Amino acid sequence: MSRNPQLGRNGELVHLLTLEGLPAEVITHILDTAEPFASLGERDVKKVPLLRGKAVFNLFFENSTRTRTTFEIAAKRLSADVINLNIGASSTSKGETLLDTVDNLCAMNADMFVVRHSQSGAPHLIASHLTAMGRSHVHVVNAGDGRHAHPTQGLLDLYTIRHYKKDFRGLTVAIVGDVLHSRVARSLIHGLTTMQTAQVRVIAPRTLVPAQMEALGVKVCNDAREGLRDCDVVVMLRLQNERMKGALLPSPGEYFKNYGLTGEKLALAKPDAIVMHPGPMNRGVEIDTPVADGARSVILPQVTFGIAVRMAVLSIVAAN
Amino acid sequence: MRIEIAHGRVIDPVTGSDRVASLHVDAGRIAGIGEAPAGWRADRILDARDCVVCPGLVDLSARLREPGLEHKATLESELAAAVAGGVTSLACPPDTDPPLDEPGLVEMLKHRARTLNLAHVYPVGALTAGLRGEALSEMSELAEAGCVAFSQADAVLVDTQVLLRAMQYAGTFGHRVWLRPQDAHLARGGVAHDGEVATRLGLPSIPVSAETIALATILALVRETGVPVHLCRLSSAAGVAMVRAAKEEGLPITCDVAVHHLHLADIDIGWFDPLANLTPPLRSTRDRAALRAAVANGTIDAICSDHAPVDDDGKQVPFGEAETGATGLELLLPLTLKWAAEDRVPLPEAIARITHAPASVLGIGQATLGAGAAADICVFDPHEAWTVRRQSLLSQGKNTPFLGLEVIGAVRYTLVGGEVVHERKQKD
Repeated sequence: MSRNPQLGRNGELVHLLTLEGLPAEVITHILDTAEPFASLGERDVKKVPLLRGKAVFNLFFENSTRTRTTFEIAAKRLSADVINLNIGASSTSKGETLLDTVDNLCAMNADMFVVRHSQSGAPHLIASHLTAMGRSHVHVVNAGDGRHAHPTQGLLDLYTIRHYKKDFRGLTVAIVGDVLHSRVARSLIHGLTTMQTAQVRVIAPRTLVPAQMEALGVKVCNDAREGLRDCDVVVMLRLQNERMKGALLPSPGEYFKNYGLTGEKLALAKPDAIVMHPGPMNRGVEIDTPVADGARSVILPQVTFGIAVRMAVLSIVAAN
Repeated sequence: MRIEIAHGRVIDPVTGSDRVASLHVDAGRIAGIGEAPAGWRADRILDARDCVVCPGLVDLSARLREPGLEHKATLESELAAAVAGGVTSLACPPDTDPPLDEPGLVEMLKHRARTLNLAHVYPVGALTAGLRGEALSEMSELAEAGCVAFSQADAVLVDTQVLLRAMQYAGTFGHRVWLRPQDAHLARGGVAHDGEVATRLGLPSIPVSAETIALATILALVRETGVPVHLCRLSSAAGVAMVRAAKEEGLPITCDVAVHHLHLADIDIGWFDPLANLTPPLRSTRDRAALRAAVANGTIDAICSDHAPVDDDGKQVPFGEAETGATGLELLLPLTLKWAAEDRVPLPEAIARITHAPASVLGIGQATLGAGAAADICVFDPHEAWTVRRQSLLSQGKNTPFLGLEVIGAVRYTLVGGEVVHERKQKD
C-alpha cells in the first residue's frame, strides 16, 4: 500500500489527513501542545504570533458552522490571516474542478488549506497534487472528508478524554450511533486504538455498522444496554435527519427508544462516566436533554478544547 | 506478400502445437509450419528467435470510445494500442454516446475500423434501445450491420421481465447475449468492495451479493429459456462458485474476468487511488485467489482487458467521483503472462485464455495457426521486461493502476490478415 502522504521523509507531520497510522508519540505531542493553548482563551490577549504572516484558507465544500468557526478562531489566535471560502456555493457549482480551485488559491500564496469535502479522500487528493506540483510547502488539514476522517475532531475527543480520565489504557469507550456514515467515529477509533485504550465499543443497529468493523479493533454491540455497561466514556454520534426515516431506520422515535442516551441507560455505565457528543446534537433523538445538560456531560468543554487542539495542529503542521 | 516468421516457439492451443519452428504466411493466410513449401520464397523474414509465435489475441471487452467520446480516445489511438498489445480482434461494448443501438452507428464503426486496417473490431450491440432497459433493440438489423452479440454494457437491466424477453428474442434468432451480473439496487452509490478497506476509508460499498443475486437471476432465466449467456467480468469467489455449479449442471454459459482482477484487490486502493476505481470493484484478496484459480481450471473461460481509456480529468478527482476503468489493451498479454508465471500455468493454456477461448465466445471462428487460417498472429518476447509508464502506452488513456510496474513479455510483431501492422524495435 502506498505511504500515507501526511508524513514527511523523517516522519514529521506535514499534513493532517487522518489519525490512521499516526504514531502515538505524534498524537501525544499534539495533545501536549494543545495544553497551554487551552488556557489562552481565558486571557485578555488571546493571541500568539506563531502563524503571523501565514495565509490559512478555510476551504469548505460542505456546510459547517462549528468546525469552520473553531478553525477560524484557532488560526486567528495564532495570528494567521484567515480566508473563508464556502465553495459549495461558488466555484464547483460553476464547474471548476477541485484541483483547479486549489491551484488558483495557491497562486494567491496560500500557506495552508483547511479542507472539508463530501468525498472521502478529497484532502489526500489535494495533498498528493500539491506534492506533484512542487508545492510541498503548502499544508493540508482535513476538516472532515465524506465518511472517512475528521482527525481534529478525533484529537479533540482524545484531548477531552485525557483531560478527564488521564490515561487511556484502562478505559472502556463506547461510541454510539451512525458509525456507517461517521468520519468522527472512524477518526476517534483510530486515535483510541493507537493510544492503547483497553476496549473500544461501537453501539448501533446492524444497518449503521459497516462491513468488517471489528478489523478496526473495536467490539460491535447491537444492544445499547450491553454496550454501555461499565463504560468510562460514552460518545454519542449525530444522526442525520435524512437517515432517520427510511431503509436504515424506521423512525427517530424508535431509534431513541433503542439507542438514545437516557439517564436510565447511562446508569449502566460507570458512575463517573463522561458523555461526549461532536455536535450538533439532536435532543430527543440520540440524546435526552437531561443527559446532554447533566453533570456528566462534557459536550461544551469539547468545543473549547477543540480550538486549542486545532491551534496545536495548525502550528505543528506549519512548522514542518 | 509472403512472410516467414523464423525460428520462434510456435504455440497454438487449437492444434496443440508447441515447438520451435518457422511459420509461413502467404496471401493473408497461414501456409504452414516447419519446412517451407518447395520453391516458396519469403518476401520478408521476421526473426522470432527466443520469441513465442501465437495466434493474435482476442479481447472480449475494449472500449474504443467512438462514437461520441472522442475526447477520451479514438479508433486510431486505441486500435494502434490494440496491435501494440498483440490484440488482433476485439469486441467493443455498446456504451458509446449514443449507444450502439442503431445499425448506422455500427456500420460507421465497422467502416472506420476497416479503413484503419489494424485490429478487427466486433461491435457488441445494445440489448435494449439506448441501453435504457425498456424496449428491445433491433437485434436482427444490428446483427446484419455487424454486431456479434448484445449486451447492456455496465447499464444494468433492472426489469427482469424485459431481461427475460430480451433473452427469448435474442434466442429466437441465435443472437448471443452477454451480461455483466450486477444488482442495480445493491450496487447503488457504491464505489468499493464491501469490506475492511471500504470501512477504513469510509467509501460507500458494493456487497458481493450485488453480483450473486444478479447471477442467480440470470442463471434462472438461462435455465428457463435455454438461451446461452456469456457472463462478463466476474469479481467474486461466490460468483465463481455459482458459475462452476451452473456449468456442472450443464447450463449453456461462458464467462470472462478482467485481467486487473487477477492481480489487484481492494487493498490496492491504498490512500484513495482513483486509478483503482474499477467496475466491478476490486474485491478481497480471497476473491482474487478464487478468480485466478477459476481461470486456471477453466471455470472462467477467457481473460479480457476490460480496456477503458479515461482522460486525466476523469481521474484527477476524489476516488468516489472518478470515472471507473483502466486502460488495458497493451497490458492484457504481460498481465496474463504474469498470472501464468506466478500460478505455474503452462504457457499454451494461458495463451488459450486470450486467444482460442474468447474467439469461441465471440463466434468468429478459431484463433489458430493451422494451415489455411487467417494470419492474425502475435510474436512476443516472453523474457523481455518493460515498465508500464504513461509514455510507453499508445492508448490515449494513460489510466492504469499498474503504472510503474515492471512486467515481462513484450510484443515484437503483430500481423493482421498476413500483414505486419505493428513491429517493435528490438532493444540493443
